[in-house]
Amino acid sequence: MIKNISNLGDAALYCDFGNEVNKSINLQVIKYFKTIKEKKFEGINNLTPSYNKLIISYDLKKTNFKEVKNYVENINAEDSIDINSKKLEIPVCCHENFSMDIKRLEEILKLSREKILENFLNKEYFCYMTGFIAGMPFLGDLDENMRAQRLETPRVKVPKGSVALTEQFANIYTFESPGGWNILGNTPLDVFDSSKEDKPNLINPGDAVVFKEITLDQYKNYNEQ
Amino acid sequence: MSNNYLDIIRPGINTTFQDKGRDHLYHIGIPFSGAMDNRNYLIANKLVNNNLDSAVIEFAYQGPHIKYSGEKINFAVTGDVIFLIKKKDTEIEGKCYESYQIENGDEINIISTNKSVYGYLALGGEFDLKFQWNSCSINTKANIGSNDGKKLDVGQRINLKKINSNKDIKKTNYINTKIENIRVIKGTNFDYFSEEGKKIFYEKEFTVSKLSDRMGMRLEGPKIDNIVNTNIKSEGLIKGVIQVPADGNPIIMLSDHGTIGGYPKIGVVASVDYDRLVQMSPGSKIKFKEINLSDAETLFKLYEMETQNLLLQI
Repeated sequence: MIKNISNLGDAALYCDFGNEVNKSINLQVIKYFKTIKEKKFEGINNLTPSYNKLIISYDLKKTNFKEVKNYVENINAEDSIDINSKKLEIPVCCHENFSMDIKRLEEILKLSREKILENFLNKEYFCYMTGFIAGMPFLGDLDENMRAQRLETPRVKVPKGSVALTEQFANIYTFESPGGWNILGNTPLDVFDSSKEDKPNLINPGDAVVFKEITLDQYKNYNEQ
Repeated sequence: MSNNYLDIIRPGINTTFQDKGRDHLYHIGIPFSGAMDNRNYLIANKLVNNNLDSAVIEFAYQGPHIKYSGEKINFAVTGDVIFLIKKKDTEIEGKCYESYQIENGDEINIISTNKSVYGYLALGGEFDLKFQWNSCSINTKANIGSNDGKKLDVGQRINLKKINSNKDIKKTNYINTKIENIRVIKGTNFDYFSEEGKKIFYEKEFTVSKLSDRMGMRLEGPKIDNIVNTNIKSEGLIKGVIQVPADGNPIIMLSDHGTIGGYPKIGVVASVDYDRLVQMSPGSKIKFKEINLSDAETLFKLYEMETQNLLLQI
């Protein structure tokens, strides 16, 4: 349930679902997001679900805080809305060409490379949200012994396709972009495709994701089949 | 093949096609984009008898130098911009907020913006552009929009698919006013900052840094001290949000911003001041002034009415 609604500036609602990050709170956020999105309230132009917040921005020419707040307060998102989640397998190559932060992870986690991969691969992760850059999924939760902080100095350029870890989450860089997560491998799969306007994201909030290891040869041949 | 087109002799620094932007996409990580200074974008279209949501060429600092080929067409430049119009043997300095007619072989050379950032070049017609999610706005970070999501480049040819039959010359006396204080609404993490930090935010001057672009505006000045946590759990952003990372220097989210972020939000720029905020060039001084939600809503209504009146007079 929404614990509190306040304003974020003069053109957005800030719906707070609490401070914890867990699947059940996030599913509440996703339910509200899907319900409001389907109802197409005049003036609402964007919804941004995240771990435990939902930001609803609106066109100040068409509506205002009071109207949107009143509308959201009277929504019943408990109805059995179909989250429509999928289970996806993502190929990842963890060859030294790609696993740029493996040494750092070995030191921080005090685990061998083999152990890190064993802990990470073939497990089901939940997609909490997508964004920051187009299509980037935030996946969780990593095992307790796999949690490392961000790099102190973020990289100016993280290669496209990088699979990276921070705290209890994994993500995939859908574009070359700046970033401070610990890079473990790279996927040859296009996780974001802007030519598919109705479904540009391969992974969506609520989906389950499993990383499967591929070799460098399989990686190189992946897009040539 | 189109008979009416532009050739880019010099693209300028950050020249893109922009329109009203795209919405309903934050949840997949795609920002609003669209013209940075919305009022100047609308006026540019009105001056050349376009639909108000038509695409225009947006440029920052130095604009493009283009050569036009085809039938007679109108164009107009808005913002605070210095530009030249070259016809056969003559070259004249153009004035913003006036439309001009050009014909086959004429050139428009946009030298620079004057103590501001963005300017707009509208042509009386429709560019032949690819639309993605109902907008041709170029987002260079995600390569979305027309021109493969990339800035305009030297040697490119841009076709027009239509030319307006209404070729009335138009003019308006609009002057871009400078703004001294940017009005802000308290952010959702305002209490993360020390009493001294809050005082600094509202009382001291900040300087716009060179590291500013369509994604964000970085500010330099006295550091704003965080006493709770320099990170929050990542959550949604909107344009105008002022985040303060661990180094204590504020960053204001602009039209191509990342859709989620994990730095505490000290404030949000009131919508009424956004068009003028984005025009503040590196080195400009900014002071923030607190405003409440209801005043911000009223001021935006007045600003919007003023914009509509300006458009009606053209």
